[in-house]
Amino acid sequence: MLKRDWWKLLSGALLLYAIIVGFFVDIPDTMIQETMRNLFYHVGMWFGMMAMLLTGFIFSLRYLQKFDEDEDLVAVEAVNVGLMFGFLGLFTGMIWANFTWGSPWVKDPKLNGAAVGMFIYLAYMILRGSIDDVHKRAKVGAVYNIFAFFLWIVFVMVLPRLAGDSIHPGKDSPPVLPMHLEPSMRIVFYPAMVGWILLGFWIMNIRVRIRKAQKNIEY
Amino acid sequence: MLYREIKFLVGKEVMLELKQKYVLNGILLYLVSTVFVTYLAFEDAITAETWNSLFWIILLFVAVNGISKSFLQENAARHLYYYTIASPQAIVLAKILYNLFLMAILSVLAFGFFLLLMGNQVVNIPLFLVTLLLGSLGLSSVLTMVAAIASRASHNFSLMAILSFPIILPLLATLMKVSRAALSSMDWSGLSGFLILLLTINGAVIALAYLLFPYLWKD
Repeated sequence: MLKRDWWKLLSGALLLYAIIVGFFVDIPDTMIQETMRNLFYHVGMWFGMMAMLLTGFIFSLRYLQKFDEDEDLVAVEAVNVGLMFGFLGLFTGMIWANFTWGSPWVKDPKLNGAAVGMFIYLAYMILRGSIDDVHKRAKVGAVYNIFAFFLWIVFVMVLPRLAGDSIHPGKDSPPVLPMHLEPSMRIVFYPAMVGWILLGFWIMNIRVRIRKAQKNIEY
Repeated sequence: MLYREIKFLVGKEVMLELKQKYVLNGILLYLVSTVFVTYLAFEDAITAETWNSLFWIILLFVAVNGISKSFLQENAARHLYYYTIASPQAIVLAKILYNLFLMAILSVLAFGFFLLLMGNQVVNIPLFLVTLLLGSLGLSSVLTMVAAIASRASHNFSLMAILSFPIILPLLATLMKVSRAALSSMDWSGLSGFLILLLTINGAVIALAYLLFPYLWKD
């Protein structure tokens, strides 16, 4: 059990560590003060979402290679968990923004990118829902997923950096990695990110197994 | 071989359009009346900024309306016939090429009507025309692909809007950035990044369409 599921325990341990130490660790005294601790949780949602959507993209590619329904199952559940992380990221960001910028939503490329991502993947779910045939649904869904992932990456990764008009923290560093982070925060930040990503895979794993079990019951 | 097929297929698209003139006339009327409605609604409130936003929003709606028919105009039997005589790559490239012609004509017409009704706000006309051309190519390639995806599902007319609006945003945001620059000054500097990004998006979308369309085409 431990041999196979060690990463689940690791995820729990890392997140427990991040939640406890995240509230005690020294943070630099900046304008945003204690709200900086949101970094351990809000940014984790973004990391988790990215990992999940990338997984969905890879499994869609694999589906088009093998036409194995199980690959499609992983792809759709990865996107589902990615959507969950995305919405949690939006909510934690809105709480933070309400304190820092005085309003839960401001016009900013990064916020727009996150919102558009949600629209794109909700549309993916609607597209899948509107096709009855299982194989056709998997195939069309995979094509859309690959196509949409590419365009969305351009929107969130390239465009904000080119436009350079974001007020969101972390715009001067390479994609989402806060390289200029205080050393004291780093020892919480990186384990927390790994923990969130592993948690995402854990949830995805459970959902895929439920779906497979349901399928076996039906037939 | 591919080139010959594309040439024939584009010719077929043109002939089909000329045979069913009411479709083309419908799009033209849609374009003119939308511009007129916004002209009446915005009467005295037209600044360079609103001019730019209105222009691209109208062009987006016209494009979605014009291109959504791409795979719905002909019936399944006809598609089966094309399937047996032409390669899927030739079919999608021909559709993109034809829609590019259509969009180039429609965008120039839209520009003309904007000049007529709302006055000229464009300072750098060569840059604006380049943007129109790149925009036509982008709109036609992305929307052709989305139309192909939507045509595989039921309720495809409403699906077309849901799928295309979020997915077209990376392109539209870049286009609006460049065209805003064309509206404000003669200066070309600082735009090379955006123009390269537009070319990259267009190139990549066409490459993706080339690779992914065969999966949609084969039932």
